[in-house]
Amino acid sequence: MNFSFHGGRVSGLLCVLPAREQSFLEDMKHFDFPESRSRKLMEVMGYDKHRLVESGACVSDLAVCGLQYLFDRGLLGRDDFDALILVTQSPDHFMPPTSNIIQGRLNLKQDLLCLDLNQGCAGFVIGLIEAFLLLQQESVRKVVLINADVLSRKTSPQDRNSYPLVGDAAAITVVERGQADVEIHASVKMDGTRNETLMIPAGGFRMPCTPETAALEDVGDHNLRAKDHLRMDGSAVFNFVQVEVPPLIESLLAEAGVAKDSVDYFLCHQPNRFMLQKLADKMKVPHAKIPMNVVEHFGNSSGVTIPVVTAFNLGARLTQEQFQVCFAGFGVGLTWSAMLMNLGPLPFCQMIQYPGGEQL
Amino acid sequence: MNALADILKSIRPEFDFTTSNDFLADGMLDSFDMIALVAALDKTYGISIEGVEVVPDHFRNLSTIAALLKKYGVAAA
Repeated sequence: MNFSFHGGRVSGLLCVLPAREQSFLEDMKHFDFPESRSRKLMEVMGYDKHRLVESGACVSDLAVCGLQYLFDRGLLGRDDFDALILVTQSPDHFMPPTSNIIQGRLNLKQDLLCLDLNQGCAGFVIGLIEAFLLLQQESVRKVVLINADVLSRKTSPQDRNSYPLVGDAAAITVVERGQADVEIHASVKMDGTRNETLMIPAGGFRMPCTPETAALEDVGDHNLRAKDHLRMDGSAVFNFVQVEVPPLIESLLAEAGVAKDSVDYFLCHQPNRFMLQKLADKMKVPHAKIPMNVVEHFGNSSGVTIPVVTAFNLGARLTQEQFQVCFAGFGVGLTWSAMLMNLGPLPFCQMIQYPGGEQL
Repeated sequence: MNALADILKSIRPEFDFTTSNDFLADGMLDSFDMIALVAALDKTYGISIEGVEVVPDHFRNLSTIAALLKKYGVAAA
């Protein structure tokens, strides 16, 4: 499905990363796996360090920290935005919506649309599409999009399929009206028949959490995981990305009439370095145009990785310059999405630490 | 095939890859080993095996791996 928008723009980006940093060498102690093989995995996949919340920290904690940081520094007025969209797979509660919790904790105005969206690694583009759709309303002048997840809390430390790569983070993206003659293009596809490829089986109404769902099971290759934990079919995800993402980006560029060479950066979701290298080669895009260094520094924080890869690699430059970028997200659902836009110059594009708000 | 067997042995030194006809069924390679193998083949032969080719059927034995490499112009594996 294709979308196009006129008169919208991203006007600020803040990433919030947990202060706690854990190394892959520490993770290795939990695996029933020879150290030499773990080290090879580290080298190929790019695993090194990841940022994880302390137990008990929730999505709303990261979001409130980030928004308060922006309010305190005058980078965002607390009454200046008319919608707050939260994209997460790890809400504080089933109900109420976590966006309402954030609104309440910050005592934001009542004349505010709060909206939770359940999306993962494609969730940055999905959230931006929602924000641009809302901006078409006369009453909506500015939208705050929050992508946040704390999925390390739902990942088994003894599952080397997922634990070494997972990271926690939040990102606040300010979206507002822009030049009417500037067009933004987006494309999204979904395939619910493959919904079990990435899943947390227990914890919803279909399979409530019980002592049985919390029990660790040997799921092969010396991995131990419970039904309460995140389950990822790594081979299926890898194949899905290689098959589906390149044609989506090609068709988006064709729709927009933009040559691949004129895109400055392809800012992709960050599953692991190997997958991104193969994606770049398949798309025939120089590796320098697809930054792939997020997993090794921060981990894969699902829908937050695109803001993180943007701020980490281009943060300072984006406050001065403009780039034509193609965002691409892919994951749970299955969902794959891409968006082409001019990004920058931005009043702010930075990363801070939770708790404390120190700049990274 | 000796060069290929050596590359495989660098990933799983505990196995003799010349004796098996199905590395996956015999538990000699898992999905992460396949990825490590692709990275090693890319580096050794200066190629980039396409992501869509990273499927079990190409990595069952020395002959299937050699056939895959042949597609990338690597004949003397």
